[in-house]
Amino acid sequence: MIFLKLILTNLRRHRIRSLISVSGIAFSVAAMLTVVTILQGAIGMFSSILSNDSEMIVFERDVSDLFFSNVPDDAAEQISSWPMVAHANPVLFGIVSSEGHPIITCFGVTAADARIQKAVWLAGVRGNFAQHEDDVVLGARAADFLSASLGSQVQIGHASFHVVGVLKTANGFEDGGVFMPLASAQSFFHKQGTSSVITIKLRNKDEAAAFKSRIRAKYKNLIALEDAEFSRTYSQFRILKATAWAVGGCGLLLGGLGVANTMIMSVFTRIREIAILRVNGFSQVQIGGVIFGESAVVSVFGALTGLVVGSCFLYALKMIPALDGYVDPTLHPLLMMVVLLLALLTGIAGALYPAVYAMRIRAVEALRFE
Amino acid sequence: MKRGTDDSGTLRAVLRAENLWKSYDEGTVTVLKGVNCEVFAGQTVALCGPSGCGKSTLLHLFGGLDWPDSGLVLVNGVEVNRRSNLLHLLRHEVGFVFQLHNLIPDLTLAENCLIPTVAAGIDRRAARERLLELTERTGLGHRLDHRIQQLSGGERQRTALCRALMNRPKILLADEPTGSLDEQASKVIFDLLLELVSIEGATLLMATHDRGLAGRCDRLVEMRNGKVYEHAHVG
Repeated sequence: MIFLKLILTNLRRHRIRSLISVSGIAFSVAAMLTVVTILQGAIGMFSSILSNDSEMIVFERDVSDLFFSNVPDDAAEQISSWPMVAHANPVLFGIVSSEGHPIITCFGVTAADARIQKAVWLAGVRGNFAQHEDDVVLGARAADFLSASLGSQVQIGHASFHVVGVLKTANGFEDGGVFMPLASAQSFFHKQGTSSVITIKLRNKDEAAAFKSRIRAKYKNLIALEDAEFSRTYSQFRILKATAWAVGGCGLLLGGLGVANTMIMSVFTRIREIAILRVNGFSQVQIGGVIFGESAVVSVFGALTGLVVGSCFLYALKMIPALDGYVDPTLHPLLMMVVLLLALLTGIAGALYPAVYAMRIRAVEALRFE
Repeated sequence: MKRGTDDSGTLRAVLRAENLWKSYDEGTVTVLKGVNCEVFAGQTVALCGPSGCGKSTLLHLFGGLDWPDSGLVLVNGVEVNRRSNLLHLLRHEVGFVFQLHNLIPDLTLAENCLIPTVAAGIDRRAARERLLELTERTGLGHRLDHRIQQLSGGERQRTALCRALMNRPKILLADEPTGSLDEQASKVIFDLLLELVSIEGATLLMATHDRGLAGRCDRLVEMRNGKVYEHAHVG
């Protein structure tokens, strides 16, 4: 109890300074949490596009980005006829600009695609999709920002399309996207005879390994991956994750420097007290414990506050209509634990020099300190 | 049995300095110049002399708070040096009382007194009993939960005295313990100091300017200019 009081006493003595330190850690944690959650949400959304009613994807081997992947149509046809495959749907991804909208994601899909078949249609009839070359179906948000509705013409890139439906999905990318018949998309993006990926649903999930082997044997330039495996290994996702953690890490580093500054000040202002503890038998480890304890309290309080601030910020982002579907404010327990642990380690690292300084204080000199 | 002697009647030195030299500021200020001195078990010894003569330095060396440039410091026959078990010395063998009370202002009287027991890992119940015993003897029993700012100068020094004796050290090193108090409070504190040392069976080595107080000790060691000039037996 007395040990705990020795830890807390300096924090209470310098409340404003303590508050600034806690805030430093809190904002660092909140920033890290926000950046990581948003990027992981984006990755999750992109993954969910690929895993819509499927558990595997086939794409071109060694491409850095799925937008550059070319999978021949005949491969899709052959694969869909394999007995182990329940269905194989080719999907072509494309990015196009429109006036006032620099990035619109386009999905070239067949009428059998799960997105068309399982989405909630706000307008139009499911069966009308892919009846004509210039037909498109819009996600609800895309319809909103393109100011389009059922039956209207929309300008996408240099072409004009006829809206035959508006659908609502929980996925932000899809909700802000344009769905074209596969053949139209191939023509529009000058990728005749190819798609970006084939999404695969197997009759029996246990046959995943056999399916991958068969793809490897039959198509030297294609690769099949299970959805989870793809999310883990896809280079774009890894770059995004690394960026998120790097940005968050920089934030924590700044927070750690704030803690270090506070702890140095703390040690300097209580040199005499530390000497008193030494004279009364406190060991260097016990002195270090007081200093590290003080920084741990700052870090833990800061991290908890950061979690709350970060969560509020994410919820606020989710409330912005333009970001609906892009932000997943769910805090995963593992992420929270990692962030808390990192904040604690940051606090400990920040207290390292002050603690060593305090442990080396010679009582006889410090007692003369005024 | 005479004070300072063991069962066989032989004087037993609990503190011993042999040819101690100590200087500061890279040798430009020499404070101790070959000090030889012994303090025997159970005795009360006053260390007198003008300011800067080396009284505090000698106390610090006996308590392991500082190191001599040369010479030997022995506490209970064991040499005190950088390699020796200083924690054991500070936790169990010596207690310090300073001119300034050196209490931690944000803690209560009880918490300040309990610091040495926390350092030594002493059982909380035993520590509490000891606290109550000492604070009752020093008249502070009703002030346990008071903060240091709420205590008078005399009460603060009594608290410091309790803290120094919490772990039952057999040697008490006091550096001008009444130096910051008025005459009446000084007398009260010194009476208490002698009483407690007697009850605890401890040895007292006290630096003081006050010849009146020094005269009430068993022995008076005179220091001048970094040297011990005389060992006057006054008790």
